[in-house]
Amino acid sequence: MASENSPRHIPWSPEAARETIESHAELRGPLLPVLHALQDTFGYVDQEAVPLVAKALNLSRADVHGVLTFYSDLRTTPPGKVHVQVCRGEACQAVGGHALAAHATRSVGVAFGGTTAAGTVTLDEVFCLGNCALGPSVTVDGHLHGRVSAAALDRLVGDAVGDQR
Amino acid sequence: MTAIFVPRDSAARSVGADQVAAAVAAHAARSGTAVEIVRNGSRGLMWLEPLVEVDTTEGRVAYGPVTPDDVVGLFEAGFLHGGAHPLGHGPTDRIPWLADQDRLTFARVGIVDPLSTEDYVAHGGLTALRRAVELTGEQICDEVADSGLRGRGGAGFPTGTKWRTVLTAPGSEKFAVCNADEGDSGTFADRMLMEGDPYMLIEGMIVAGIAVGARHGLIYIRSEYPDAVATLRVAIRAAYGAGWLGPHVLGTDHAFDLEIRVGAGAYVCGEETAMLESLEGKRGVVRSKPPLPALAGLFGKPTLINNPLSLASVLVVLARGAEFYREFGVGRSRGTQVFQLAGNVARGGIVETAFGMTVGQMVQEFGGGTSTGRPVRAVQVGGPLGAYLPPAQFDLPLDYEAFAEAGAMIGHGGIVVFDDTVDMAAQARFAMEFCAAESCGKCTPCRVGAVRGVEVIDRIVAGREVATNIALLQDLCEVMTDGSLCAMGGLTPMPVRSVLRHFPEDLDASEGARS
Repeated sequence: MASENSPRHIPWSPEAARETIESHAELRGPLLPVLHALQDTFGYVDQEAVPLVAKALNLSRADVHGVLTFYSDLRTTPPGKVHVQVCRGEACQAVGGHALAAHATRSVGVAFGGTTAAGTVTLDEVFCLGNCALGPSVTVDGHLHGRVSAAALDRLVGDAVGDQR
Repeated sequence: MTAIFVPRDSAARSVGADQVAAAVAAHAARSGTAVEIVRNGSRGLMWLEPLVEVDTTEGRVAYGPVTPDDVVGLFEAGFLHGGAHPLGHGPTDRIPWLADQDRLTFARVGIVDPLSTEDYVAHGGLTALRRAVELTGEQICDEVADSGLRGRGGAGFPTGTKWRTVLTAPGSEKFAVCNADEGDSGTFADRMLMEGDPYMLIEGMIVAGIAVGARHGLIYIRSEYPDAVATLRVAIRAAYGAGWLGPHVLGTDHAFDLEIRVGAGAYVCGEETAMLESLEGKRGVVRSKPPLPALAGLFGKPTLINNPLSLASVLVVLARGAEFYREFGVGRSRGTQVFQLAGNVARGGIVETAFGMTVGQMVQEFGGGTSTGRPVRAVQVGGPLGAYLPPAQFDLPLDYEAFAEAGAMIGHGGIVVFDDTVDMAAQARFAMEFCAAESCGKCTPCRVGAVRGVEVIDRIVAGREVATNIALLQDLCEVMTDGSLCAMGGLTPMPVRSVLRHFPEDLDASEGARS
């Protein structure tokens, strides 16, 4: 998430994964930084990465799997080309967040956590983007937007999808 | 050359600050006007963002909210000299919303260029650290204790006591950790401080390290704050370059290293022990206390954990003296608190003030009521685990003890305003849904109770055996309160109970048994 604005992800390869793992393995308590780095590189953490990480960090695969599946940011399947997050926190609810969230799932056509069939858009819910006086807030490919109406959301997503073509 | 300030704070950017900055630069270039655009932090008057300030001979003058289309008109109205314009607000410091505040910790946010070390020092930065390197750890801890400062993360624990505990803990390796996992909806003060005055947090961490004997610092920032992460990374590199961090802090024999760690979307990692687990590369599962993290924390070592606002407050204490800090405040709550007005509010943003204001004063006088213009129906204070207050409770002073007595919580100071279109049953349901989604899973009352809580509320709202289910919900709240290890499960009942008590009509509870 921290580098959504960085160059696009590269296709999964064990060699690239090993390099990424090694560059973070020296940290103390390195697992989360390693998983973040893998996701920043590939867009997700491939199942094949689990034994590589476990071996490099001297952890069990169960440990790695446990951490990978605990944290909502981390995904085990490739994301869509466009990543949309809609805030469902209370401050955004207070300015129409419930309705915007419902609109998002209808308009994009997937439930939260899902990716559209063509692999175009991943739609996620998020609980608080820290933009609580300018809600409802969403992010599109890592860019934060405040005061988002249903129409604005459709336009933002449409523009992002258009940019991908 | 006139300096024009256009905030880089992510809230300002979310409503077009980058586009405004580009429009200003473009017009200045086209018209051959020499300007210097400074991307400052936000002043925290969110309803006026993007707030553009011009540094005139009479000081800084504010215009907002500015859109790119307004830029030409601003130039033509002579805004470079503070000229009159419909978007003008006069000298920024005289805007009542700001002038009525006591900005001790937010003193530099919106004023300085966040990444300029020169600006930082010119505006009082390093005063505290320069003092700290001349004192013993015990002397620093004593001064913090003397100030009466209580932690600003939410628990309000006496900061000096915590610092002393880590200082006197046995062990040669200690850690200082900043909990910047500001996950409460309605809060953004930590984010704004990190984006608007990152050196303050860095200086605070170094002082903490010197005070308790920790040579390693880590700042755990939630991943939902990428701009704060990026800003702090740049600031830390600059701080190393300037000799504020490293093996010889300010040329002394004190050593301190600082790194950033990023969360991964788990609200529970704002709980200090879950955060430690996360830092250690594990699932964010809550630990039992004892042992206290102060004695056995990160990697089992004595660990100081503080919120960014607490660390910023310590710098104020050291720079201006414990007595100065103690003079602010009411009762047992000393110094200033940083409140965040959010949600359906006309004038949202940062309000830093000595304690003693009431909820109503905050919502009406600062907040201006709702943004829709409809009546305020409820205010949730303290984040998702805080109570929903009805107007009848608006005379509560924003004081830790007064709130606790009333079955509510100040927490990290988030104040979320709702108008009369709010469905309080939906809010109660969300409290349970959120707990179910974010529970670490350790305790059955939290992990399972939250799921059942959603189901019970759904049955109530559907009108099925209402009285029985209300009683069941009350019982469930008791079990979650008493049987949860941490505030996630332990305080989820707070908002739910507040709905049962103050907004029963939305749950149809006042209709009596329909079973």
